Amino acid sequence: MSVLVWVEHDNASVKDATLAAVTAAGKLGDVVVLVAGSGAQGAAAAAAKIAGVSKVLLADDAAYANALAENVAPLVADLMAGYDAFVAPATTTGKNIAPRVAALLDVMQISEVIGIEGDQFTRPIYAGNAIATVTSSDAKKVLTVRGTAFDKAATEGGSASVETVSGAGDKGLSSFVGSEIAKSERPELTSAKIIVSGGRALGSGEQFHAMIDPLADKLGAAVGASRAAVDAGYAPNDYQVGQTGKIVAPEVYVAVGISGAIQHLAGMKDSKTIIAINKDEDAPIFQVADIGLVGDLFKLVPELTEKL
Amino acid sequence: MKVLVPVKRVLDYNVKPRVKADGTGVDLANVKMSMNPFDEIAVEEAIRLKEKGVATEIVVVSIGEQKAQETLRTALAMGADRAILITAEGPVEPLGVAKLLAKVAEEEQPGLIILGKQAIDDDNNQTGQMLGALLGWGQGTFASKVEVSGDSVDVTREVDGGLETVKLKTPAIVTTDLRLNEPRYASLPNIMKAKSKPLAAKTPADYGVDVTPRLSVVKVEEPAKRTAGVKVADVDELVGKLKALGVVA
Repeated sequence: MSVLVWVEHDNASVKDATLAAVTAAGKLGDVVVLVAGSGAQGAAAAAAKIAGVSKVLLADDAAYANALAENVAPLVADLMAGYDAFVAPATTTGKNIAPRVAALLDVMQISEVIGIEGDQFTRPIYAGNAIATVTSSDAKKVLTVRGTAFDKAATEGGSASVETVSGAGDKGLSSFVGSEIAKSERPELTSAKIIVSGGRALGSGEQFHAMIDPLADKLGAAVGASRAAVDAGYAPNDYQVGQTGKIVAPEVYVAVGISGAIQHLAGMKDSKTIIAINKDEDAPIFQVADIGLVGDLFKLVPELTEKL
Repeated sequence: MKVLVPVKRVLDYNVKPRVKADGTGVDLANVKMSMNPFDEIAVEEAIRLKEKGVATEIVVVSIGEQKAQETLRTALAMGADRAILITAEGPVEPLGVAKLLAKVAEEEQPGLIILGKQAIDDDNNQTGQMLGALLGWGQGTFASKVEVSGDSVDVTREVDGGLETVKLKTPAIVTTDLRLNEPRYASLPNIMKAKSKPLAAKTPADYGVDVTPRLSVVKVEEPAKRTAGVKVADVDELVGKLKALGVVA
């Protein structure tokens, strides 16, 4: 089976989520990756070095600059004449593009795949409260894969050739206006080894930053938040961990002032070690926490930061 | 312009799902069902567009069992004008739903179709994008802001790392994210009034769409349970545990 993998990149380098997608695709067959963008030669060169990649397709056109699904999906659908499966990381970009590709190919997509065993795929449903195993009767498979469920392919060791491809270009349906991407010195949330996350109990944006940031900095951790904290304006939207936010699985997840609603647990319960600090000893978070500390976070967190 | 809003009846988000002992699925007998939360946001956005004078009529559509009628009545009570119920036996996959919605869109000619970004039962996050492909329309997924001006719509999208704005030519597809708005509650008089609003009953056959599933479910299981942890007495003990884990030196 030959598999086409969508590469998420910033023109110069390949983003981490792609590396897990390459590993997942490798379970299906021969891996060819697609780098679509404008001025993306750097990303194509980086993709060629990923272990397990046999070929890189580079589609370089202004129409692909911002990964607009309207322009990219027809390019992928046309290329799919030569492939049996399309795999994209389950990032916002992958989730935006892949279903559009699937519909153009008249196949059902399998979303957020966490396991591949022969022709069977496993994926979480109901906010991760159930795991479904499915098979597909479609001739071509389209999958998005959860980055935390597969090991990352090595970024060195491969020596794939880069082949230039072209597509129909701009469909004229949409255009990119602008973006506000938060600048952060901290590790990226979805690939961080340690995450410190804050909830509604922090009470305000100032207290969120006063409590969470120093602890995260001490641990070299990324900062996350519960939906309640985001809705209350304590932290920006892209900090949200949960069913509808980011899915993370770090080595250590520190939940501060987070009760542990179903929707939040869906985003972090595959973390290796979960540490909870909460004043309510009956909070659901303690049912999944490996290490729990009951008490006032405004006293405990500064003390913890101090003693680390 | 006319706005079309597809809504789905799902297990209420507050209910903890129970996996059936025979591994065939999640037990939906005698549990509370509600409108998918993202669809409530979609209905709300359509109503706000109508209140601004942008939308002229709001048509809500649901696909599924007869009981999905209740979900449509909820949308009508919130402020939608009329409803279409397409009854189908068994679950219909996003591809089937998108094909049916494409047919409804051809009939209704909406300027905008607003969907939720994902249903909280199957967590697929596909239908809006698939519909965009089938209709050949632009898509503004994961929207946190929607601004219609003339024959285009600016959609601010929640993406990894921040926000992004795209301009789409109408007709277009929008899928809602949590931050788009706060849905209103239906008042009792409006719930009563909604009972007399028109609701058309259809079947997939009426649209000539084959909704046979492409995926078959082999089994549905409980996720692996986490083993119970320990509670530590104070910060010193926690620091000790962190050291044992190798997180800190």
